[in-house]
This record gives sequence, C-alpha cells and structure tokens, in this order.
Amino acid sequence: MLETFTARYYYLLVIFLMMLGLWGMISKRNLMKKLIAMTIFQSAIIFFYIASGVKRGAAIPIIEHDHTKINPDLYHNPLPHVLMLTAIVVGVATLGVALALLERIYDRCGSIEEDEIIRKLEE
Amino acid sequence: MRFFNLLIVGLVGSLLLWGTMDFPRWADPNAPASRHVSPYYLEHAIDDMEVPNVVSAILADYRGYDTMYETVVIFCAGISILLLLRVGETAYMKKRSLKIRLVRRNPILIIACRILFPAIVLFALYVIAHGHHSPGGGFQGGVILGAGFILIALAYNMHIAIVIFYPRLHRFIAALGVTIYSLVGLICLLLGGNFLDYSALSKILPVSPAEARSLGILAVEIGVGFTVMAIMFSIYADLSTRGRLRRGL
Repeated sequence: MLETFTARYYYLLVIFLMMLGLWGMISKRNLMKKLIAMTIFQSAIIFFYIASGVKRGAAIPIIEHDHTKINPDLYHNPLPHVLMLTAIVVGVATLGVALALLERIYDRCGSIEEDEIIRKLEE
Repeated sequence: MRFFNLLIVGLVGSLLLWGTMDFPRWADPNAPASRHVSPYYLEHAIDDMEVPNVVSAILADYRGYDTMYETVVIFCAGISILLLLRVGETAYMKKRSLKIRLVRRNPILIIACRILFPAIVLFALYVIAHGHHSPGGGFQGGVILGAGFILIALAYNMHIAIVIFYPRLHRFIAALGVTIYSLVGLICLLLGGNFLDYSALSKILPVSPAEARSLGILAVEIGVGFTVMAIMFSIYADLSTRGRLRRGL
C-alpha cells in the first residue's frame, strides 16, 4: 500500500490541483473566478503531461555534442514537452479571448456575477 | 448546492485516483509513453537534421503541421480579440503624431526600462536563433519579445507603445509570421518534396539535406516568433485599455 503511494504520489498532487480547478469552475458564481479555476485546471493537465515524460536519472532532451551512441534512456521524453509548449502558448491566447469576452459581458450587463447577468438578460 | 458540488468533485477525483492505479510508476524509463515514438526521435534527430535540441526538432520538423496550426490558432485568437474589443483605432490613429506626450512618471522606472529593453530584445533574439542548440525557440522568444513591448507600455504609457508598435504594424507582423511558415512549406512542395519537408530546400541552397532541414526549422521558428510577439502585444494592448488603445494601466 505504502509502496504504491510513494511511486504514484505525483498523480495525487495533479488530481488534487485538477479537482481544485473543477470545483472552482462549477461552484463559483463570478465569471472571473471561473476563468482562474479553468487556468488552474489547465495547469494540472500540463503538469501531468510533463510528469509522464520524466525518466529517472535522465537529462534534458538536448543531445550532447560529443555523443557516440545515443541511448534514449538518458534523455527525458521530448514529446510531452513539445505538446505542452504549444498548449501553454495557445492557452494564453485563448485566455485572452475569454478575458475579452468577459469585458464585453461587463460592458453589456454591468456585472460579471452569473445571477446578475441572468437577471439583466431576462429584463 | 455547495454540498452537491463537493460531492461531484470528490466522486470525479476518486474515480481518477482509481484510474491511476494502473499507471506506470513516476519516472519509470519503461513507461509506455516513453517506449513508442520518442526513442526514434531521440536517436534520429541528429542524423536527420543536425539539431541537438530534440524538442525543437520535433516541434518544427517531425510535427511541423501541428505547430503550423498552433500558430494559426494564436493568430485567430489575436484577431478575434481585436474584433471583440477594439473601438478607438481609426479616430485615434489618424492624428497619430511623433510628438510623444511624456507623462510625468517615476524616473527610476523609465531608466530601468531603458536599460532593460535592449537586453530583453537581445535575449529574445538569442532564444529564437539558438533554439536548435539550447532550450528555446519561436514560441518562447516571441513571448519574451512581446514582454519587452509590454514593459514599454507599462513603464511609459500606452500612447508611446502604440506609436512605436502601431496597430497596422502589429497586425501585419502577426500575418507575416503565419505567411513565412506556410511559404516555407509551400516552397518545399514546389521543389518536389512534401509540404514542410525542408530537405527539399537543399536543391536551392548549397547545403546537405540534413542542414537544409536545420535551416528550415530556423525559418519556421522566426515565423512563429513574429506571430507570437505581435499577438501577445495586441492582446495586452486591447485588454488593458478595453480596445481604446489609450491610457491603459
């Protein structure tokens, strides 16, 4: 039992962070707080992918200059790094779009609280 | 209601935890994720394209399509923010003059910005150009360049940043980056290779196919850097001034 825990506690941390984001997204009424929660959720996924590329005793995936035979076990898995690199930048861009939408909502309804927006839209 | 939310979150969390029971141990070199394509990339990157940084090699060459559309996504995001928010551009930009209004700001901030800005730009260009050999590349360098312009907007004011990097220019640069990327792909296609197969570039450049792939990666990274820089600045400018492009923070 303890052995399974020590080998996998990283997943526990990632899932905790992810659930923090999920809880924020479903139970906060303020759209800005929802957005922050979404970003936390996204970071949890990025951490999870990066962690899946780690190998014990390995170095960063940049091949040394005077290498002879390349042993893949000595370099971290570069694939998650690539995927998350683009995911981070696209995440920033989509966050920008979300913030822009939020500003438009605020212009129109005068609030970013969910219930007040609904009341305003029903009028 | 609050209790119900916590219940859902707890349920999802415990299901996910249950799912991780089958997962490989952390940092296991024999994990399935590290067994399939990634050893191929690690073993062949040097021979295929003489790029020691395998992350750059995969990003711009092996998975070039992916990165190209990521760049297009960033471009689209920037354009949609522009469409959603920007209002004050036409009236404001007509009377754009080089007479810069220097608002009385903290001199320490201004001087620090003057010292830091060239260093930031130089470092960003290094990150883009040296992305083959050290951690870096178009995305990171572009973000650092964009941060340099944002620093100007923060330390002086939005007016000066907009005069330096005016809307037509940053829209043009954002489109230019995507164009560079797809043009490189198209040139490869015209030279008889596949789309984004940079080894075809060796027919017009005096280098071996492997070196041509390395040069192709550099060209593509420059395109990505342009787009990311322009879009980062445009997002900041629009969000901090609510599209009016004046005053700002």
